[in-house]
Amino acid sequence: MGETFYIFKDGDLKRKDNSIVITSLEGDKKNLKAEVADEIYLFGEVNLNTKLLNFISQKGIILHVFNYYGFYSGSYYPRETNISGYLLVQQVRNYDDEEKRLRIAKEILKASSYNIYRNLRYYNGRGINLEEQMKNIDSLIKKLDYGKSINELMGLEGNIRKIYYSTWNSIVKQDINFEKRVKRPPDNMINSLISFVNSLIYTTVLSEIYKTQLNPTISFLHEPGTKRFSLCLDIAEIFKPLIGERMIFSLLNKNQITEDDFDRESNFIYLKESGKRKILMEYDKRLEQTIAHKDLGRDVSYRYLIRLECYKLIKDIIGEKEYTGFKIWW
Amino acid sequence: MKKITGVMVYYYFVCKRKLWYFNNDVNMEHTSELVGMGKLIDESSYNREKKNILIDETINVDFLKDWKIIHEVKKSRKLDEAAKWQLKYYIWVLRNKEVKIEKGILDYPLLRKREEIFLTTSEEEELMEVLEQIQHIINKDLPPGVINKAFCKKCSYYELCYI
Ligand code: SF4
Repeated sequence: MGETFYIFKDGDLKRKDNSIVITSLEGDKKNLKAEVADEIYLFGEVNLNTKLLNFISQKGIILHVFNYYGFYSGSYYPRETNISGYLLVQQVRNYDDEEKRLRIAKEILKASSYNIYRNLRYYNGRGINLEEQMKNIDSLIKKLDYGKSINELMGLEGNIRKIYYSTWNSIVKQDINFEKRVKRPPDNMINSLISFVNSLIYTTVLSEIYKTQLNPTISFLHEPGTKRFSLCLDIAEIFKPLIGERMIFSLLNKNQITEDDFDRESNFIYLKESGKRKILMEYDKRLEQTIAHKDLGRDVSYRYLIRLECYKLIKDIIGEKEYTGFKIWW
Repeated sequence: MKKITGVMVYYYFVCKRKLWYFNNDVNMEHTSELVGMGKLIDESSYNREKKNILIDETINVDFLKDWKIIHEVKKSRKLDEAAKWQLKYYIWVLRNKEVKIEKGILDYPLLRKREEIFLTTSEEEELMEVLEQIQHIINKDLPPGVINKAFCKKCSYYELCYI
């Protein structure tokens, strides 16, 4: 499996023979072996040229770019080498078939809501009383089954998330006033964390989709959009609770991330480099974490679970096996 | 009629499901280390000879000597049958192009072994049958089922098949 490199330093990123060299402003050099790299995340301000872009295209490396505040700017997504015209046609057909699209969208939301439920169940078992919220979410999950349109599903999802977020003040032991999800600009620490972590999950999903023949623009739950690779949003939905939100709870509850990791700028609050670094270290660790997969009879990493989700979608798209979303089973 | 490649003949004998997926460009080889290994052998073992000649966009012959002998390099003998038929297919295609091929040679550089391969008349009939079967399989809407063989665990399609 390829490696992921996170670059914080400002400096130059250049191709040198068969490797990529990052030279910081102070003159420190570091080699990134292109042979083993899958993704490079740029958080610092970096100069690069087309020679480098050509090289990373050739190696199939994806470059994810974040701005100073830690907002995701975009990815350099090299020319696809894994194209299946057949699969693309099938993917579009499935999107276009209302019944199938609704079935897949439902499965995605059922899985993601179930994973949310599991997070609450975990904290409920640890002395935080969340019975009522769990009950409410459970009944909304049941309603998902009867959803007749994507809009209706999205509405239910919104309600589930609202209940979920309302529990965060009791789950998180730090004194943060987290009322509701505000995206741009994030108005408190938790919103800022969610934004950052969600964009990480989005990019990881994108990188995994890149390794398959799925087309990232054709989605089922989210409307195929021009601004985002919407299939990433679909799949990310399922993994946010397991990979992202559990991490946020743990980082805050272990005081690994505190107010000191944030800067406040007039009307919003954003992560300092120290905070981003800590989160990425933890995020990387979690992606590599493995669990025994019961269907496959082998250990798979959290990251690989995302790829498996792609495979299941492929099988559904082809008409081989109906998709079932990933649900936390341990 | 779709053009049949050597790899397709190979996959036909390895696993018909893999053949179907491969034909629809659902390809896993980039993720497999074994293939990386194959490439390395290819690049390092026979650099004195002419190699990798693409014929008719159909078959990719490792190399030819005086246009009489076709070599095919393999890593192990595990899927010997498949490799043999792949080579027999190459012989057949080339003969149809009026290239007077005498024989093929299967090379196992890691094992320091080679094996001569011929295409007899009766095998030619068998091969025609195989080509027909391949057409039949790749024209299907759905892939053939999982074969549940021990070597599935080492196949790059394992996760796709068993999830
Ligand atoms: S895992 Fe088994 S069934 Fe699937 S393609 Fe490979 S050999 Fe065939």
